[in-house]
Amino acid sequence: MPSDRIFGLICLITAVAYIAAATQIQTNLFSGEFLPKLFPLMIGGVAAICSLSILFKPDPDPAWPGPATWGAMAIAVLVLALYAVFLTPLGFLLPTALAAGILSYQISPRVRPAILSGLGLSLGLFLLFKYALGLGNIVAYRIPTGEKLWDAFTILIPFVGH
Amino acid sequence: MDILANLAIGFGVALSPYTLFLAICGCFLGTIIGALPGLGPSNGVAILIPITFTLGLDATSALVLMTSVYYGAMYGGRISSILLNIPGDEPALMTTLDGYPMAKQGRAGDALVLSGVASFVGALLATIGLMLLAPTLARVAFYFGPAEYFALYLLAFCTLGGMASNNQAKAALAACIGLGIAMIGVDSSSGLPRLTGGNLHLYDGIDFLVAIVGLFAIAEVFFFIESHGKGSSIGVKLEKVTIPWKDIMATKWTMLRASGVGFIAGILPGAGASLGSFLAYMTEKSIAGPNGGFGTGAPKGIAAPEAGNNSAAGGALVPMLTLGVPGSGTTAVLLALLMTLNITPGPTLFTERADVVWGLIASLLIANFVLLLMNVPMVKIFVKILMVPAWVLLPGVTMISFVGIYSLSGSYFDLLLMIGFGVLGYFLRKLDVPTVPVILGILLGGNMEDALRRAMTLSDGDPMYLFSSPIAIGFWIAAIAGFVAPMFLRGLLKKPAAHED
Repeated sequence: MPSDRIFGLICLITAVAYIAAATQIQTNLFSGEFLPKLFPLMIGGVAAICSLSILFKPDPDPAWPGPATWGAMAIAVLVLALYAVFLTPLGFLLPTALAAGILSYQISPRVRPAILSGLGLSLGLFLLFKYALGLGNIVAYRIPTGEKLWDAFTILIPFVGH
Repeated sequence: MDILANLAIGFGVALSPYTLFLAICGCFLGTIIGALPGLGPSNGVAILIPITFTLGLDATSALVLMTSVYYGAMYGGRISSILLNIPGDEPALMTTLDGYPMAKQGRAGDALVLSGVASFVGALLATIGLMLLAPTLARVAFYFGPAEYFALYLLAFCTLGGMASNNQAKAALAACIGLGIAMIGVDSSSGLPRLTGGNLHLYDGIDFLVAIVGLFAIAEVFFFIESHGKGSSIGVKLEKVTIPWKDIMATKWTMLRASGVGFIAGILPGAGASLGSFLAYMTEKSIAGPNGGFGTGAPKGIAAPEAGNNSAAGGALVPMLTLGVPGSGTTAVLLALLMTLNITPGPTLFTERADVVWGLIASLLIANFVLLLMNVPMVKIFVKILMVPAWVLLPGVTMISFVGIYSLSGSYFDLLLMIGFGVLGYFLRKLDVPTVPVILGILLGGNMEDALRRAMTLSDGDPMYLFSSPIAIGFWIAAIAGFVAPMFLRGLLKKPAAHED
């Protein structure tokens, strides 16, 4: 019950914000005053009605995981985000080995298989992409500089990054 | 004899050694994708699209490869259903009901071969149906104006939402999320940005591939972390595989009936393969009566959902190719592929790009035979692949997704967005909000708005124009009925519970 009420409330706020943003859409002579706003306003309206319905007629709660699992998932999100920004400056091999190994450990917490699958996946996929599929430009290996690494890292810090 | 002449063109395209090789690769990959639990067809095709794109394949080759993967995944879904009692994809859910009990009786080989043959019959009949029906429908679709198209898109969202969730409000909300995301970006008529919040990265809009891979593949990682990959690689042992002629002959009428039911379910915009296998199973169950042994490992209970599922997969291509409205989650992803290749599905596709359409149909026929050969004698290879543990599989899939999306634009922004969609997908699925309408919304949002705008321009802003033709009114009525009916039929359409160990 509470999950759906919270979800409904979040969606309602988002829908109202969406409608507010839709009324502010810039228009010019080519598009006319009304047409660029019409469909977004309709979507926001339907979404608001649906949110209200979820808010007042909630379904039973799903089985949420325990705190340990939430922690594991948060780490996974963090690892993936770091992987996303370091893929460019560091190249494919090192970030993939680390990210795949950590993900593997989160799914099945045993150290040796996790290290092995990290190394194996990194090397195996590198060979597959570079030699079998010819995508060498994407999975190149790069030697990073400290400056580039910091640049990549700042992307993840709000208001500092690009 | 138009069809035969067209087919000849198609086979001319599809029978070149290179295309044939691609079809075989696609079938093999597809069967693996379908068989691995947690890597369904829509997911698998979505990950492969950017990679195919980077390989620089031309439109026909890419289409042949991807549709072979699509058909292959529909075949493969049954393998884990039967051996592990875990459906490889959603439509394969009904196959677990009789497939797993039969495998536990020591007849796993028989169940796999029988379901393979049923898949073949369903897919073959559906491909023939597609050949006969699609050109006719394409001719009808010439008369559709913007009002009709707007109503048709609405119909797709309503029927899809009606089937996909237990809560209509959540299904409709999911569609709104998708449509709302589709509005982000530079507006085509004014050239001004809409709803971007001033973020330059959003001026191009959000690529649907990013959303698809995030919602399906990345979200799956979180589900596996939650379950710690339990129950993924234990199951029934497979002994010697022989062909159970007796069962195949005994279920021939079942297969034919189920193919018919599945094909019709597949054609309905938004309904798709899950509905096909469900209806086929329930029809056969009621024909057989309480003494039919359904649910305890009856051969008919395996043949019916598999024929229905594969036939619906073919049927779902009909509205996708002729109207540009996909009939299921996976055809939505195939539609994304067509759009990426700059092919606009719709009635003109059949006249202007006949080589693409008929090449596609011919390669579906070829893929079907390849799949039958692959899935009956070589089924043991796929069973071996099924034993890949989740802690290798999921990180691998994630890394391939990252490389695929990275190859699209080479920007970290898309990757971060994909992770965001993954988190969103986890919460949506936890809360029983279907994710397929979100995808469909992102894909069709632009077209739907276009139809609405053209209708409004033509009628000078009169909303009644949307209901001005009998076809449009028919679509509106069907849309409302499709949305409301499941509320009342929910008790009747209750899915049978899966077999417990």
